[in-house]
Amino acid sequence: MSTHRLLYEANESWRIAAAQIRAHKLRSLLTALGVIIGIVAVTLMGTAIRGMDISFENNLAMLGDDILYVQKWPWHNVEDWWNYANRPPIRPEDADSLNRVIASTPNSLLEVAVPVCARSATLKAGDAQVNGIYTFGTSGDYSRILAVDFREGRLFTGPEADAGRQVCVLGCDVADALFPGRPALDQTVLIQGQPFRVVGVLVRQGSFLGLFSFDNQVLMPLGAFKKYFGVHSTQAEVRVKVKDKTRLEEAKEELTGAMRRVRALLPGQRDNFTINEQQAFKEQLDPVKQGIALAGLFITGLALFVGAIGIMNITFVSVRERTREIGTRKALGARRKTILLQFLIESVSISLIGGVAGVLLTVSLCLGVRAALPSLPIELSPALIVIGLFVAVGTGIAAGFAPAWSASRLNPVEALRYE
Amino acid sequence: MIPPAAPSPASRVTRTPGPLVIDIEDVVKLYPMGAETIHALRGVSLKIRRNEYLAIMGPSGSGKSTLMNMLGCLDTPTTGRYEFNGRNVAAMDDDELADIRNREIGFVFQTFNLLPRSNALRNVELPLVYSGMAPEEREDRAREALEAVGLGNRMHHKPNELSGGQRQRVAIARALVNRPSIILADEPTGNLDSQTGTEIMALFNDLYERGNTIIVVTHEEDIARHARRIVRLRDGLLDRDEVQ
Ligand SMILES: Nc1ncnc2c1ncn2[C@@H]1O[C@H](COP(=O)(O)OP(=O)(O)O)[C@@H](O)[C@H]1O
Ligand SMILES: [Mg+2]
Repeated sequence: MSTHRLLYEANESWRIAAAQIRAHKLRSLLTALGVIIGIVAVTLMGTAIRGMDISFENNLAMLGDDILYVQKWPWHNVEDWWNYANRPPIRPEDADSLNRVIASTPNSLLEVAVPVCARSATLKAGDAQVNGIYTFGTSGDYSRILAVDFREGRLFTGPEADAGRQVCVLGCDVADALFPGRPALDQTVLIQGQPFRVVGVLVRQGSFLGLFSFDNQVLMPLGAFKKYFGVHSTQAEVRVKVKDKTRLEEAKEELTGAMRRVRALLPGQRDNFTINEQQAFKEQLDPVKQGIALAGLFITGLALFVGAIGIMNITFVSVRERTREIGTRKALGARRKTILLQFLIESVSISLIGGVAGVLLTVSLCLGVRAALPSLPIELSPALIVIGLFVAVGTGIAAGFAPAWSASRLNPVEALRYE
Repeated sequence: MIPPAAPSPASRVTRTPGPLVIDIEDVVKLYPMGAETIHALRGVSLKIRRNEYLAIMGPSGSGKSTLMNMLGCLDTPTTGRYEFNGRNVAAMDDDELADIRNREIGFVFQTFNLLPRSNALRNVELPLVYSGMAPEEREDRAREALEAVGLGNRMHHKPNELSGGQRQRVAIARALVNRPSIILADEPTGNLDSQTGTEIMALFNDLYERGNTIIVVTHEEDIARHARRIVRLRDGLLDRDEVQ
């Protein structure tokens, strides 16, 4: 009965609020402007942060999200760099030792260890030349950790790698630069002056967080790499694929133990290597995300504050304009909370209009950006829309409370006498 | 439409007064105005029974509206006793007063006080919204009330599409719709021409004869003559109380 009454009163209030807004379209729209800006800011901010997360996850998947990196240096910055500088370098042979340890471990969480050496090189084919190409030397097992497909050809085989054959796999940009408009397969390229036969070209992958491009790389067998370029101490690493990426931490522990055995470290001695994982990149992104969140929240807060002041003002005006109506309603039996509810519903309707307009604006902005730049991972989540609308409702309640309260406390006789 | 019937003594029906509805005793109402205090009511005692048709008369400023607001539970006395249907009004809180106004009292104002953006039906439904009646039932009751005041064909008109007399009829339908114990009208013809005023008073007479209890505030003898009992106020005091 009492809940019915509140429901009926609320229904009536929505109707009155709609009529009120229809009668003052421009005034209501201008008032809702602050809320519109606020909601656009908060939803755009959320979309940007989400977009960064999505693009990050995509990039991790590109690298292979089930790979651990055994390296001399950690990926995060260190203060005591001298403790790291004295570490022995990682050698490609460590991969073989690790594979032996893995093979002797029952129920190992690790699948395979692959050595990777890298340097920058110049490539030539006929008149065409490209500089500063990231060139990797690795074993035939690389195919077991390589998460991409080939546009043409294949990866070199284990026997080819072991025999130190002069074969290579090109990133697609390298292939296109050296062999524009024709197949690169079975052509010969000069890498630092040494002839290599192209056995494969990778499909286009794009860049990792815009930092470096996978399409600008070259792979060759480790034997050939060592023969012509030597092994640069800081540029060698071992990549280890784990069997179950949901148990990455356990796998990391096992790998640490295995590597300590390879290095013959005694209990109590500190690790003289680092196991890196891509998750570490994610933390580097945190300050950027925090910056966006802070700026977004600041703009949102400011816009909503201005919007709330506007709504409060307009609701006070509405209460004053309709003082006699309030008196009449009280004479007809409206209770305090009825009047409170009525004016809260009016202020919430205005801010909700702002909220809906803001969400629509953000949706169309996102659609527009997506149409213009399809590569950007922009996706407006439904949760964000719901949050935006809730924020709008909250703003309406906060802004409307003072005027609605004052309306509910009006003395009915005074209100009826009001001119 | 109800024909504008000029009341002649022959056609007058006076119903037997029923139980006590309003019982005030020594009611004083003061309005503090800066340094001085306005004595709007200086000690008024009055009993009103069901089935009465009462006019409250007096010159402007004599306290008629103040008394009316008091009787209508819009205001409480500064001192004095007020019992409505045997319940002590002075002890009620805001929500209880709102409830009494909603269920027991129907107000008719000089300026009609209709909601401008709602049609006649919605205006008449409003008291039923506040008493928690379901929408379908509410609409039936509002139609009934509008038909009772002769506006069955104007239900969906907004106030600005109605004449002054029609607006006041809508307001009367709104006062009737919750079947209150009494109908209170403060200068109901004050904003109407005399012809329309007479029609409205005929409507009140009709409503009285059909079983309603009515209190009309006016400063015009012509209007007061419609009532069966006239109470005269002067300077916040009861001057005369006469049955016609
Ligand atoms: N809310 C109020 N504040 C101050 N004075 C008031 C108020 N209401 C009425 N009065 C004063 O009380 C007296 C009686 O007013 P009222 O009851 O409106 O008279 P009437 O309706 O007979 O013309 C007048 O002097 C009026 O100015
Ligand atoms: Mg008056």
